[in-house]
Amino acid sequence: MTAPPSPSVAALRKEFGDAIGRHVVSCGDTVVYVSRERVHDVLRWLKETPGQGYTYLTDITAVDYRDPECPLEVVWQLRALDRPADLRVKVALPAGQPLEVPTVWDLWRGANWLEREVFDMFGVLFIGHPDLRRILMWETYAEGHPLRKSFPLRGHFSRSEQTRQALAGNPEAHYSLEELSIAEEYKNLPPDVRERLKQGKRGFVE
Amino acid sequence: MGLSELEPGAAGSPVVSAVSPNFMTTSLDFLANWARTGSLWPMPFGTACCAIEFMATAASRYDISRFGMERMSFSPRQADVLICAGRLPFKLAPVIRRVWDQMPQPKWSISMGACASSGGIFDNYAMVQGIDTIIPVDVYVPGCPPRPEGLLYGVMLLMKKIRGESFTDDLLRQEQTIGANGLYLPPDRIDELSEPFGNSVSQTRST
Ligand code: SF4
Repeated sequence: MTAPPSPSVAALRKEFGDAIGRHVVSCGDTVVYVSRERVHDVLRWLKETPGQGYTYLTDITAVDYRDPECPLEVVWQLRALDRPADLRVKVALPAGQPLEVPTVWDLWRGANWLEREVFDMFGVLFIGHPDLRRILMWETYAEGHPLRKSFPLRGHFSRSEQTRQALAGNPEAHYSLEELSIAEEYKNLPPDVRERLKQGKRGFVE
Repeated sequence: MGLSELEPGAAGSPVVSAVSPNFMTTSLDFLANWARTGSLWPMPFGTACCAIEFMATAASRYDISRFGMERMSFSPRQADVLICAGRLPFKLAPVIRRVWDQMPQPKWSISMGACASSGGIFDNYAMVQGIDTIIPVDVYVPGCPPRPEGLLYGVMLLMKKIRGESFTDDLLRQEQTIGANGLYLPPDRIDELSEPFGNSVSQTRST
């Protein structure tokens, strides 16, 4: 006997109709397929609607199924912290269409690096992402997207070419100085922390 | 070389022993190598699980300071021996190269563990297949990870190697790089060193 799907699925169908595709229950987790066009609306609705409240974005990833018609699926794993409940939202990207989905960076700031990782490893473009560049491989990495099933295990280039290109990478170019500095975050700190920093007190809480 | 004793002479007056405490003769090579082996300052480049075993080697039970490695040098400019403990991804290749370039001569390097020496089990797109394709290596310590005794044995082998060095051999300190990026081996040599072996020969590589 399989577990019943999450009640959010019925609510989603009521709200979004045709934009919601099939759903499956796998190992007790509900997986719901959503159309690419509406996925941003669906995720926003799941996050902001009272009674749904999936406020925590656990992960964004993608899976390459080596399927000729629909090779890639992008996955958003959501969690409602108050119940707690999980929901997995998927978008299938059919072959022959651009690998693009909307960013959810505007809903969850934490999506920034997760989307960069999916872009780096799978080549999925997140439309609207503020800073979509590689995050695990270095920025000038030229061999493609390593977690695609079509990517050979040892990479496309010979080892000597890989070594040459890796040595040509400039380690300092990966991060901008602004990225490493917290100075501009100062104004966002809580007032009491700001006050303590101003007095030169660090590392302890009164 | 202790203090020689004052012996009473025949007439009761002290005479200085034939062995003087004030000087000894030796070769410059011996003296320099003796000094170098006695105070090898390691630059730890710990990237993975081997670094845990390296820490154990440095801690009190195995105590690498017994071998004159009292001070871990976290600045490459004050280091003598680079110990690469762990696997090296291609992304870190320019980093270890720069650390190596910043170390002043004379310098040596130890490649600790299967990953640093050959890529180990990671025969994939992301991993350098042996740090000897990036920097010259003096001693390879096998194991996954090597026990602290293994690393200490490697250190002792390095000391043995240093004792055999000579000032007159200026080839020892020469390093040529090919091109501007610090590649020091010709490409075909790197390909040869990175050949798949063991289980990984049956995995595909499309070019
Ligand atoms: S040789 Fe083994 S222990 Fe050492 S870094 Fe590689 S996998 Fe880890």
